[in-house]
Order: sequence, then C-alpha cells, then structure tokens
Amino acid sequence: MKWGVVTFPGSLDDRDTLHTLREVMGQEAISLWHKDESLGGAHCVVLPGGFSYGDYLRCGAIARFSPIMRSVARFAAEGGLVMGICNGFQILCEAHLLPGALTRNRSLSFICERVTLRVENPHTPFTRAARQGELLRLPIKHGEGLYLAPEDELRQMEEHGQVLLRYVGADGAQSETANPNGSSRAIAGVANQRFNVFGLMPHPEHAAEPLLGGEDGLRIFQSIVESVG
Amino acid sequence: MRVKVFVTPRQGILDPQGRAVEHALKSLGFGGVDGVHVGRYIVLDLQAASADEACEAARRMCDELLANPLIEDYRFEVEPG
Repeated sequence: MKWGVVTFPGSLDDRDTLHTLREVMGQEAISLWHKDESLGGAHCVVLPGGFSYGDYLRCGAIARFSPIMRSVARFAAEGGLVMGICNGFQILCEAHLLPGALTRNRSLSFICERVTLRVENPHTPFTRAARQGELLRLPIKHGEGLYLAPEDELRQMEEHGQVLLRYVGADGAQSETANPNGSSRAIAGVANQRFNVFGLMPHPEHAAEPLLGGEDGLRIFQSIVESVG
Repeated sequence: MRVKVFVTPRQGILDPQGRAVEHALKSLGFGGVDGVHVGRYIVLDLQAASADEACEAARRMCDELLANPLIEDYRFEVEPG
C-alpha cells in the first residue's frame, strides 16, 4: 500500500512517521506538502504531530485551511483512510472530520511521558491487529490533549464504538490518576462514524522499534496495512 | 471600523487556566474572587459601511474561525466612529 504523510509549516513528526513507515515497516510512503492538492494516490493519509502554524489561535485551527485539507476532506468523504496523530488529531477536530475538541491539559503542564492505553474497539481499520482490551504503551507529548465533546455526543460515540483508545493504568483499569490530561471519559483516540478517520493523542511512530523503548505503535500501522490489504 | 472580539472558555466547561489564576489571586490575599476566566482578545479593523455590516462580518468570522463553539463563547463590540 501507499502512504502519504502531510507536512504543514511547524510539523515535527512527519519525518519520524516516514521513517517508521519506510525503514521499519518497508512500506511505500510519500511526503505531501500542505500546499499540494494531490494526495499522490495514497491509500492512507497521515497528519503528523507538531505545532502547525505555531498553534496560533487554537491548535490545528489554521492548518485546517491549508490547500491540502480540502483534498483530505474529499478523500475522507469518499471513504479514504485518514489518521491524525497529536497535532493531526487537533487538525481533524478543527476540520470537523472528527467530533469533539482538544484543549489545555487539566494540569496546564506540557506532558511528555509513556502512558498505557486500552484498545476499546479492535473492529476498525486502525485497530484490527490488536485484541479487545489489549494494553498498548505509547508516549504522549502535548500541552493541549484534553478531549472534550458534548455529553450527548460522547454517549453516542461510546454506543457506536467510536472510542478506540482510552488512558488506563498499568493494570488496565481506568482511574483519575491514569488519565494524564483530564480527557472526558479518559478518551485518547476516536474515530468518525464511518470508521475511516481516526485521531489519537499518543504517538505510535515513537514506539515503533526496540531502540525507542517499545514497538506497540506498530499495532496501529499494521492494522491499516491489513485493512488496505 | 474597529471590532473588539472577546473569546472565553465556554460556560460550564473546565477552565484550568482560569482556576489556576483564581487560586493565585486568592493566595495573594485578594478576597471575594468568585471566578476567573482567561480568554483571548482580538481586534479587527474591518471595512464596513455600517455597524450592522461589521457585526454580521464579525459574527461569521467568529463562527468559522475565531472561536470553537464546542469549547469557547464569544462576544464582540463595534467601536463607534
């Protein structure tokens, strides 16, 4: 399959994502510039982490208006797979391709640490290589990762299985202390209703080889490879 | 025409920044602080024939970009003259 990784001004993790896809996974992956209109025939488009447009106004608010985002929105509407990691998740929320919003961490601190996540729905293109309830150890590094959505929307998302990843403790249980940023219902990753757009705050590309202290992030990328087939 | 836009955390949602400032004020000895909300102040200089036209433009700008209705409230004032 072919991957496209978008670079916005201020993206940081685009090269790490390309490295993971090309060098670790042996995938074909192309770099896409925010001014491009073509997605280069990619089967899955990744919006990487970073600080696009300096996080001016709100995280992701300006990147949403980049020329490439029109193509990404069209691609998503046609059922194409789109994944937003960290800042990419914020952009997808601002672009209304995912429900909810991401705002300042409850602690007000920038958090950089490895967290435990529980796979809540393995029946999606982004999680199918994982087991129900499987625990993944992935790093987070963000100042604005507190996920919020209106209560009735959260309820609908839960019923529909759109919450794919949740912050939990090492024992797999949800708790106040295991929720690093104060997200509603400890949500770390969500999909849209069609399950072709996925956003997550943790970084799978930074846990993709033993040198980085873990390989759990490969579960996410492998899921996508399997679903594209 | 100048329009002043005030964007604040939406009523009823967690505002950790406002809470932190509130605690700091209290620890400085300021009594009677019932709440603090920290937001953004945006100044727009618009070409508009009337205050109504400026209001309409500002409202659309707020809805489409300047505020995120899921997490923020906004209000604005059109400066006379």
